[in-house]
Amino acid sequence: MSAKEQILARIRRALPEPRPDTGIPRDYLAVHGARTPAETVDLLAANLTEYRAKVHRVDEDGIAVLLRRLLAERGSESVLVPPGLPPSWTAAVDATLIHDRADSTAHQLDAVDSVVTGCALAIAETGTLVLDGGPEQGRRRITLIPDHHICVVRVPGQVVDSVPRALPLLDPTRTLTWISGPSATSDIELDRVEGVHGPRTLEVVLLGAQ
Amino acid sequence: MTGTHLGMPAFPEAAREAVRDEVLRANLRHATHTIRDKRARAVAELEDWDRLRAAGKAVKDHTLAHLDRYLLQLEASVTAAGGTVHWAADADEANRIVTELVLATGEKEVVKVKSMATQEIGLNEALEAAGIAAYETDLAELIVQLGHDRPSHILVPAIHRNRGEIRDVFAAEMGGWGRPAPEGLGDDPRELAEAARLHLREKFLRAKVAVSGANFMVAETGTLVVFESEGNGRMCLTLPETLISVVGIEKVVPTFRDLEIFLQTLPRSSTAERMNLYTTMWTGLGPSKGADGDGPSAFHLVLLDNGRTDTLADEVGRQALRCIRCSACLNVCPVYERAGGHAYGSVYPGPIGAILSPQLRGTGSEIDATLPYASTLCGACYEVCPVAIDIPEVLLHLRERVVQGGPVTREGIRVRIRPADGHTAERAAMRAARILLDHPGALRAGERLLARARRLRPRRLPGPGRAWTDSRELPELPEHSFRDWWAQREKAGREKAGREKAGPAKVEPAKVEPAKPEHEKGARP
Repeated sequence: MSAKEQILARIRRALPEPRPDTGIPRDYLAVHGARTPAETVDLLAANLTEYRAKVHRVDEDGIAVLLRRLLAERGSESVLVPPGLPPSWTAAVDATLIHDRADSTAHQLDAVDSVVTGCALAIAETGTLVLDGGPEQGRRRITLIPDHHICVVRVPGQVVDSVPRALPLLDPTRTLTWISGPSATSDIELDRVEGVHGPRTLEVVLLGAQ
Repeated sequence: MTGTHLGMPAFPEAAREAVRDEVLRANLRHATHTIRDKRARAVAELEDWDRLRAAGKAVKDHTLAHLDRYLLQLEASVTAAGGTVHWAADADEANRIVTELVLATGEKEVVKVKSMATQEIGLNEALEAAGIAAYETDLAELIVQLGHDRPSHILVPAIHRNRGEIRDVFAAEMGGWGRPAPEGLGDDPRELAEAARLHLREKFLRAKVAVSGANFMVAETGTLVVFESEGNGRMCLTLPETLISVVGIEKVVPTFRDLEIFLQTLPRSSTAERMNLYTTMWTGLGPSKGADGDGPSAFHLVLLDNGRTDTLADEVGRQALRCIRCSACLNVCPVYERAGGHAYGSVYPGPIGAILSPQLRGTGSEIDATLPYASTLCGACYEVCPVAIDIPEVLLHLRERVVQGGPVTREGIRVRIRPADGHTAERAAMRAARILLDHPGALRAGERLLARARRLRPRRLPGPGRAWTDSRELPELPEHSFRDWWAQREKAGREKAGREKAGPAKVEPAKVEPAKPEHEKGARP
């Protein structure tokens, strides 16, 4: 008997028929509290800030200048950009733009200073950005290896209130990366330290009419 | 299930050692109190917490009740998405599958995402025996691995170590595994995390094979989910060419939507955050290594039984399989806080370990027979459990099994086990107590005898009573038995009433003397 048959047989022996199909009570809340779209964006900003992400707000006209300033302040000389990132965003950037290519190795990416991406959506109640590998986000590795990640969120359009509001909008066949702040550890005496293996600095740009 | 270490003492013995270690107790106290306060705040934020808890429990119970169906659905979904599914009935089989998969890649090292399942089966040791080096990449697991130590907490495996101890481990051991610690490394957590970053980064960037567990698997879509904070999980799940995930069969949930419950309850219960920093969800190889164009080009899922179906066969004990490994029960447990995780002698410490390990491994060994007693039954673990596992109920159930023996399922076969060794004295004492309580005269005579001998009371009982006093102080013996005291009090009351009738009189302090019971002469032996 194969392990599979063995395990299935054990399960069936452990659970005598008939097995009643009790339903799942889904009376938990879809959203916690009532907010206007503007308040939802404020909550996202507050929760991201609490987990030590740096949050900036800007409109379409200002994003190019803001991105140039953020990269210059950090002294970044090279910046990764995914294939679908609007060129207008990085039009004013002084740093060298590096386009992510399938053949670039992890070691090459490790030598890059910063990365700029968009996101699939953001969740206000938890302060979470979700990336799904779409054209504005690029491959998973580009938001992982560089030490500095700037993520642009279109507000209020890409912001949802809660986790239950987020899941129906996501496609489980795509690889999803949920990010709630810069990499951190609490493994030493439960002292929170930012930055272990992922980006140590996360900047979030809330892009929309201000 | 491996994980009992050779010569591992039973819980009471190990705990006695641990509570003498003041550094350990201070480390534990600091950590558990910090996190339990934070957790309470994080949970209080959600007004529907009780409903989320009930929903999480219901999803898990429903899945367990139809586990065969959901595992088959999961297998079909993962396979359709380009993954390969393997089934392992026990630890040896799982280790063999993983070892062969790694050897087939031609690689001699793997990077690992922290995983309880691979610890449970002793995978690192099995890989080492096959000449494969397994590198733990979670900071706490790295501390444990470099320190030739064992994990002592589900979420924070190095919770028993303070910064000074960690510095010493890094300075002494990192060089032997790869990049050495920087010269003059201090004990600031920031500096220590930086040393770990540098040490592990060279491994991430060259790794070809990764091994992980998973927090959840979705039957409907074939999606696997890993919760983490550091980014080591993302590194292992993204950069290598081959990904092998070893996951207990109880981790399956029916639908993608079900994740909305656990994405809310697990982080708050576990790290006390609204959301953990990184969560990765992947489905097979993705659309042709598709939309995102990166990630492993081979994905293997090893479904692990290793005692889980035996646990499922126990109607009371099966609720332990609802566990989502948040570790909230450890942080509130007064016994864990003082004894530490090592005393439990299993990879699952604390209250959940006390009910899970003896079920996965059976109660045959000394350590497993004592684990159901590693609790005060205060119920705090049940209160905080996000899937409402009634841990005290299962503890009592397992105690009964240890003492009485009875029917259990081991490796799929229904057997009747004998009472565990060491409990024969307890059973004899209980039988004697029953006889005594049925014969009040004998009890009374015995009590009087004890009262007279009270100064001779030993600290520990000799002979078969020894085990009982191993973990308890023998109680002080009172001067009088309750019944004697009561009879005396009644008599004094009657006399007082008589005196008051006769007029005021000087009240003498009641002279207490064991009263001679009137009917003693007639008492049966």
